[in-house]
Amino acid sequence: MSNIPADLKYAKSHEWVRVQGDLATVGISDHAQHELTDVVFVELPAKGRQVKAGDACAVVESVKTASDVYSPVSGEVVETNGAVVANPALVNSAPYGEGWFFRVRLSNPGELAGLLDAPAYKALIGAA
Amino acid sequence: MLQRTPLFSLHQSLGARLVEFGGWEMPVQYSSIVGEHLAVRRAAGLFDISHMGEIVVNGPGAADFLNHTLTNDIGKLAVGQGQYSLLCNERGGVVDDLYVYRLKADEFLLIVNASRVAADWDWLQIQVDHAPARDGFRLRDVSEEFGAVAVQGPAVRQFIDAAIPGGSIGGTLAPQVTGLAKNEVATFVFQGTPVQVARTGYTGEDGFEVVAPASVVGAVWDALMVAGRPMGLQPAGLGARDTLRTEMGYPLYGHELDEDTTPIEAGLGHFVALDKGEFVGREVLAAQKERGPQKRCVAFKMTDKSAPPRPGYAICAGPDLAAVGKVVSGTQSPSLGVGIGMGYVPPEFAKPGTAIAIEIRGRRAPAVVVKKPIYQRPA
Repeated sequence: MSNIPADLKYAKSHEWVRVQGDLATVGISDHAQHELTDVVFVELPAKGRQVKAGDACAVVESVKTASDVYSPVSGEVVETNGAVVANPALVNSAPYGEGWFFRVRLSNPGELAGLLDAPAYKALIGAA
Repeated sequence: MLQRTPLFSLHQSLGARLVEFGGWEMPVQYSSIVGEHLAVRRAAGLFDISHMGEIVVNGPGAADFLNHTLTNDIGKLAVGQGQYSLLCNERGGVVDDLYVYRLKADEFLLIVNASRVAADWDWLQIQVDHAPARDGFRLRDVSEEFGAVAVQGPAVRQFIDAAIPGGSIGGTLAPQVTGLAKNEVATFVFQGTPVQVARTGYTGEDGFEVVAPASVVGAVWDALMVAGRPMGLQPAGLGARDTLRTEMGYPLYGHELDEDTTPIEAGLGHFVALDKGEFVGREVLAAQKERGPQKRCVAFKMTDKSAPPRPGYAICAGPDLAAVGKVVSGTQSPSLGVGIGMGYVPPEFAKPGTAIAIEIRGRRAPAVVVKKPIYQRPA
């Protein structure tokens, strides 16, 4: 069964957001990594890039397919996870931990209210 | 409505992820493509290949008809042997690639691609109509009557004789299944039912393919799993089948091959017997072999860490790295841990060692043309 931590916010496109102050950490959900399986490549946005909520700004590739990752929030990319680029399998083994993608300094914290909470995301993916 | 193989409910019960392939609803993976791929390289994997088509050609005129219709030389095929061959149109374009097994002196079994059964059948009927002098044979599409499994990997020889016990009753005479040599085929009796077993496959590993009546193929799967599981056998899906064949540089119809591409261009000239006499497409293929094709299918490996190459990406080469061709197959190689693929390029860029680049999302990632197979079993 998919792991859906209660303290995170989720996008319909299967990214998660962890908010600490004005910083938002973004990754992909356990459900998403399970659907992809065997992540072999991760491409992250450049540090300093301004992203808008809904922008495709990262790519995650499994053996079979390449999928876009969308930023659930707007702001400046202030940090990216070099460890997941070096070892893409972290997306599979620790999607909410070491497998995070990038960190954004929120320019519009009001957007967070438009994201799903854990029960709503659970309903979206039909998890039991 | 997608077609389902006799093993469909088994795949469901194993939790397989199902995808459309060639009009069939097939397992792409059970647990992980990489895991299933490595199981085949290190131990063994079991594939449902019941979606593939089976066409039987028999009668005293069968060999003559097939030799005129297919590119390889049927004359080199003794009873109990199989060969890879191609079905070409008059332009030398590939209608399908297939395996021909000589089950008896005048009986042949063709194993064809699932997506091409209808196209093959139509083309074969045209050949029958255009060949009034070649008679004394009969074609039957028996695809719905038969299922098939492929059991592949270095450990297979340790357990297949236990799963399908006894000696052969037709084809190559063998005291047990492992008595077959590569490319040999024989009839064995499995739980009272004759089944065809061939030492062939699409993975580059030792292994066997078993063609059995649709009602029996489930029992064949079960017997192989029971005998093989202790040796590391696991179910493997089409995802692993694709990465395994790509590592070997084997073509997949719709990727390396289509009706506008010839076997010479695809690097399959070895399976075109220009010296056997007249056959469909011969004139074009002979001329092309003589003057050299305008494009060639090459295998390549990414040289740096990069995203995996994918079908449709541009292949760039030459001093200014201009786009010169297209990727037709590409993936991350589970065995090598790098991106690999195949694609078509002009002949001047086809030599192994040629530096090329693959255009991935607007960036040119360096790659090198390599000899097939891309992956070689460690000595």
